[in-house]
Amino acid sequence: MNTPLNSFRNLPDERGHFGQFGGRYVAETLMPLVLDLEREYRKAQQDPAFQAEFDDLLEHYVGRPSPLYFAPRLTEELRLLAASQGKPECGAQVWFKRDELNHTGAHKINNCIGQILLAIRMGKTRIIAETGAGQHGVATATVCARFGLPCVIYMGAEDVKRQSPNVFRMKLLGAEVIPVTSGGATLKDAMNEGLRDWVANVHDTFYIIGTAAGPHPYPEMVRNFQSVIGKEARAQMLSRTGRLPDLLVAAIGGGSNALGLFHPFLDDPSVKMLGVEAAGHGLDGDEHAASLLGGSPGVLHGNRTYLLQDEDGQITEGHSISAGLDYPGIGPEHAWLKESGRVDYTAVTDEEALDAFQLLCATEGIIPALEPSHAIAAVKKVAPTMPKDSIILVNLCGRGDKDIFTVAERLGVEL
Amino acid sequence: MSRFASAFGKPAPALVCFITAGDGDTAANLDALVEAGADVIELGMPFTDPMADGPAIQSANLRSLGAGTTTADVLRYAADFRARHPQVPLVLMGYANPMVRRGPEWFAEAAAAAGVDGVICVDIPPEEDDALGPALRAHGIAPIRLATPTTDAARLPQVLEGSEGFLYYVSVAGITGKQQAQIASIEANVARIKQSTGIPVAVGFGVRTPEQAAEIAKVADGVVVGSALVEICGQHGAEAPQHLKALTAALAEAVHSAR
Repeated sequence: MNTPLNSFRNLPDERGHFGQFGGRYVAETLMPLVLDLEREYRKAQQDPAFQAEFDDLLEHYVGRPSPLYFAPRLTEELRLLAASQGKPECGAQVWFKRDELNHTGAHKINNCIGQILLAIRMGKTRIIAETGAGQHGVATATVCARFGLPCVIYMGAEDVKRQSPNVFRMKLLGAEVIPVTSGGATLKDAMNEGLRDWVANVHDTFYIIGTAAGPHPYPEMVRNFQSVIGKEARAQMLSRTGRLPDLLVAAIGGGSNALGLFHPFLDDPSVKMLGVEAAGHGLDGDEHAASLLGGSPGVLHGNRTYLLQDEDGQITEGHSISAGLDYPGIGPEHAWLKESGRVDYTAVTDEEALDAFQLLCATEGIIPALEPSHAIAAVKKVAPTMPKDSIILVNLCGRGDKDIFTVAERLGVEL
Repeated sequence: MSRFASAFGKPAPALVCFITAGDGDTAANLDALVEAGADVIELGMPFTDPMADGPAIQSANLRSLGAGTTTADVLRYAADFRARHPQVPLVLMGYANPMVRRGPEWFAEAAAAAGVDGVICVDIPPEEDDALGPALRAHGIAPIRLATPTTDAARLPQVLEGSEGFLYYVSVAGITGKQQAQIASIEANVARIKQSTGIPVAVGFGVRTPEQAAEIAKVADGVVVGSALVEICGQHGAEAPQHLKALTAALAEAVHSAR
């Protein structure tokens, strides 16, 4: 890829570092494996047949390209809000990249297709993955069924209870779901257990990591597989409006949907970007999952990045209404994009996300997942401050079917 | 002569014993290990996310953190140990994040002041040595590296480069505590490693009984026992020292008379 010297798109370096972040902080047993994975990934990147198979599956199995959709009634609603705030000339156009229409209902499948093709290429015969809300677990179980590989999903015992429909989906798809009871029994503990499995089964097992985190080359690889989102959106926006958007907005847990949208635009200086973390009950307390805004740099799960941690470096539990954002770390490229100033980061609370969830249901007839509801909540704040001819592009990275139980409970509705 | 050189310079192989700091009465437990014949002590720094450890050491980490153990406590256990046992090599073993939290310089300086001889950081491979290694070496602390069955001949020199104190050979690809290592593969791998380095090679992971320890001691410079001792701390609480002493004495007898 030709990128200028001052590009924001030419990292990581050959050691997998994004500035001070990233790297390969893994046990020696895994080190030869991650080196082997990187070699095989580089070969696959050079192989037109690999890219062709990836593209073919994305088109005919996943259902890409996903639509680019202008949201007229949400835009109008936010213009009324602008007027009520004394800014009748404001209210940006809101557009959505509809990755919630993908097979399995979220962006996660893009990455799983890429990684399972790589696993097959490497001759691996067993797939493992971690999952929080269950979306990555479902996507992994899906590609394993599609390619006939045995699949083990590690999921925190707490999440198994909270996300029983997704647990059933994974089982229907033939996966073995192992509840993890160690630690706080949530996503980070599931990831620990995934790493323990991998280290004990190094010869036949491929670990499909679900977000743009973990040891190099995972952050780069996941970002590249997810970049299909931004590449499509950039071309679609140019073709529909003749110009680039002014602002990209995406929710951030580990950060793969945001990087997928942002990365192809990083060298377009006119395009601003906003990543939205989960503020949970608020950033002033401990109950949030905002690693960038409320955390500090450290080392966990194979990479140096921003973490929720105490003064001794012990990892603290994240909290969010969205189980998909409930992780105490973040992909290392986001840590670097924050420090470089290229991307702005903000956070919205559970309440704000819940309001935005309902707003999109009512104005556009789309039930979003709680993860992109965080992005929509941020748009609700920023769109009324931008001129009417400006364009905001939001990654609608997942649909809300999985979340209706959580939302009903929060709204006091019995199902 | 460094404490490592003395411990591994004896005619008999060395017994290396691991327990987690802050899990029970750490001082009494450590004294029991030394009195019963441990030649080298590995003191585990508790971490919330011990991803290379099996259930026994995971639980020990949680017990210790649940009891409120801090990094300052771990360093205090180390300093007190050094005062009581001036000659016994002391290694801190743990994960990167608690070690680099206040910066590698801070940690290296504090560990040196506490009389620590070596540090094993599970998740800093040679590729990320910059994160801690230079600071440790500057303060005279040995960065102790791990080699595993997946460390092939091409990679071994990189692991050995910058390794000090001793090399910890992880006998099985897996987590601590559970698996039984095959003695034939251990022997072959230790022999392979010893062709490439002059530093002692200690073997650990899955070593639980005096019989296993004796077999390994025939082919290695040292034998590391962790989970079996940590389980005793978990089961016996305040009564742990006498039980630790019994197992350690049997292990020491087996290791020291193996060849």
